[in-house]
Amino acid sequence: MAKDLVNTLADLKEQEVIKIVKDRLSAGEDPLKILGDARKAMEIVGRRFASSEYFIPDLVYSGEILKSVTELVKPKLSKAGEMKRVGKIVFGTVAGDIHDIGKDIVVFMLDVNGFEVHDLGVDVSAQKFVDKIKETGAPIVGLSGFLALAFDSMKQTVEAIKAAGLRDKVKVMIGGGQMSDEIKNYTGADAYGKDAMAGVTLAKKWISAS
Amino acid sequence: MEKKWEEMTPEEKQETLFARWISPKDPEGNDLKFPSPEAENLYKERVTRIKDAIQLKKKPDRVPVLLIPSFAPAFYSGLTPYDVMYNYEKIAPAWKKFFVDFQPDGHGHAFVPTPGKFLDILGFKLYRWPDHGVPKDTTYQCIEGEYMMADEYDAFINNPLYFFYFTWPSRVFSALEPLATLPPLAGVTEMYTASVPFMPYGMPPVKAALQAMMEAGDEALKWMGACMAFAGEITMAGFPAYLAGATKAPFDVIGDTLRGTKGVMMDIYRQPDKLIAAMEALTPMEIQLGVDAAKQIGCPLVFIPLHKGADGFLSDEQYKKFYWPYLKEIILGLVDEGVVPFIWAEGGYNSRLDIIRDLPRGKTAWLFDQTDMAAAKKALDGIACVGGNMPMDLLTVGTTQQAIDHTKRLIDVCGKGGGYIMANGAFFDKVKWENLKTIVDTVKEYGIYK
Repeated sequence: MAKDLVNTLADLKEQEVIKIVKDRLSAGEDPLKILGDARKAMEIVGRRFASSEYFIPDLVYSGEILKSVTELVKPKLSKAGEMKRVGKIVFGTVAGDIHDIGKDIVVFMLDVNGFEVHDLGVDVSAQKFVDKIKETGAPIVGLSGFLALAFDSMKQTVEAIKAAGLRDKVKVMIGGGQMSDEIKNYTGADAYGKDAMAGVTLAKKWISAS
Repeated sequence: MEKKWEEMTPEEKQETLFARWISPKDPEGNDLKFPSPEAENLYKERVTRIKDAIQLKKKPDRVPVLLIPSFAPAFYSGLTPYDVMYNYEKIAPAWKKFFVDFQPDGHGHAFVPTPGKFLDILGFKLYRWPDHGVPKDTTYQCIEGEYMMADEYDAFINNPLYFFYFTWPSRVFSALEPLATLPPLAGVTEMYTASVPFMPYGMPPVKAALQAMMEAGDEALKWMGACMAFAGEITMAGFPAYLAGATKAPFDVIGDTLRGTKGVMMDIYRQPDKLIAAMEALTPMEIQLGVDAAKQIGCPLVFIPLHKGADGFLSDEQYKKFYWPYLKEIILGLVDEGVVPFIWAEGGYNSRLDIIRDLPRGKTAWLFDQTDMAAAKKALDGIACVGGNMPMDLLTVGTTQQAIDHTKRLIDVCGKGGGYIMANGAFFDKVKWENLKTIVDTVKEYGIYK
């Protein structure tokens, strides 16, 4: 009896996970089922992170293991096995700031929780945010920033969204470094998320209300 | 007859360094002549105030207040980071104006504006800096990456000095790529092989790299001249420098700019023993860095910025295994030599307070960023001086009244019995200047010990 992939991956046992996936693939199992198990494992990882059982290294490591699993499974996929997504989010680190560790963690957690995240990367201009919102029709925007200079970039991004006539169509959350509720008010965003899980909670709340 | 350094206890060494700090010398080695008795008194009062807060032997006359800026002095003078990084003569006037106008109890030197031409000559790849990947009015920012590969731990552990002399520079400076081809000079110990390791030095690419190093050296000297001009003027105006140099926690050295955040986190899982061996190799080097700086400059305070051991970055178990033992060894190694580790715990440190209590009394100062200060004071009461926590949002968008209220609250909570330094919790660039002034003034009125 092969070991349970969901729990082995959730427990971050890299070598065992790789072995299970290889065994199941060579036994001719549907690759989509394997990916489904991996998803379930990542949900457990997310919950453990939310409850402070896991920390950033554990989250980063789970992402690396997932990447290895996906690489093993990909060649066997006949058709795109995309899971059903619960909602779209445009995300990025604001103009002038090139920090991505915090942003990547939130994007990862949103992805694991079923959101379709359009990650624009770092040093993203207000215009790029506006363009992406228009293109995707995403109802949620996440602005990340580590430096205090991001306060003004965030404010300008929210203003640009407003100027493009999109402000009432999107909810904006901010997070990272020196952000706070005071800064949320300063930038004109709708909410401040203290950490990655707060971001996920906000996104879920907004999607279910929309 | 004065005791030799080697014969002194750590307490005597610390007192000796404090004594040197309070009686600064001029460049010729004579006692510095202050321009006025007022300036001299201010200088000595300030050093005494900081010393009393740190040593926990008696209450200072009032709570010391320090401002630890990033490019704020440039912005305050209407200059951009680019301006001061490329025009060194603009550094001293701007930095002096900042400290003289705000009147905190010390200055932290003017080393923030790293010389731009130096970076240009060497083609620095580790950071983006003004007009080189970020706008002129923006601070420089590190580019996350693996500058030491996962399979290079053995090479690093076996010879960390070779790594820092040749391997690492060849990766972070594009002009120094040829250094990667240089062999150690171990072969020179025998006559007939003496010339062999020198062959690469005759090759044009290596010659060009060495030429670039010499030009970079010229630029560094020019820049240091500007920084020292500031240090001289500001000391004469009665402000002591609150740090002699800096060192780092081994986990941060590896996680910040060798393996990168992701790399070091993978290593925790995939090769924990090698990560630990590398940190063990780094520890004596990091101690030496701090001790040398303190003894050379004649000031006991050595800065240790903490990054990747903050709340959330590591579990308690990971912190206790990978972070704290090596940081603690550095702290104790510095304390043994009379140095006062001036520790800057960036981010939150709430989950670490119980762990860091394990230190000798009155030998360290901890400045916190987003940590609960009441909890910090409680945990470190009678063990270490605490400080920091002037919040960035308050400095940037808060009202004057909020600045007054927060300052008074911090003094009420943390100031009790001494052992407290008011300071900002994170480096700052552009803030509301009136809030900064308000905080300093409030400390001077409200922070007096009776």
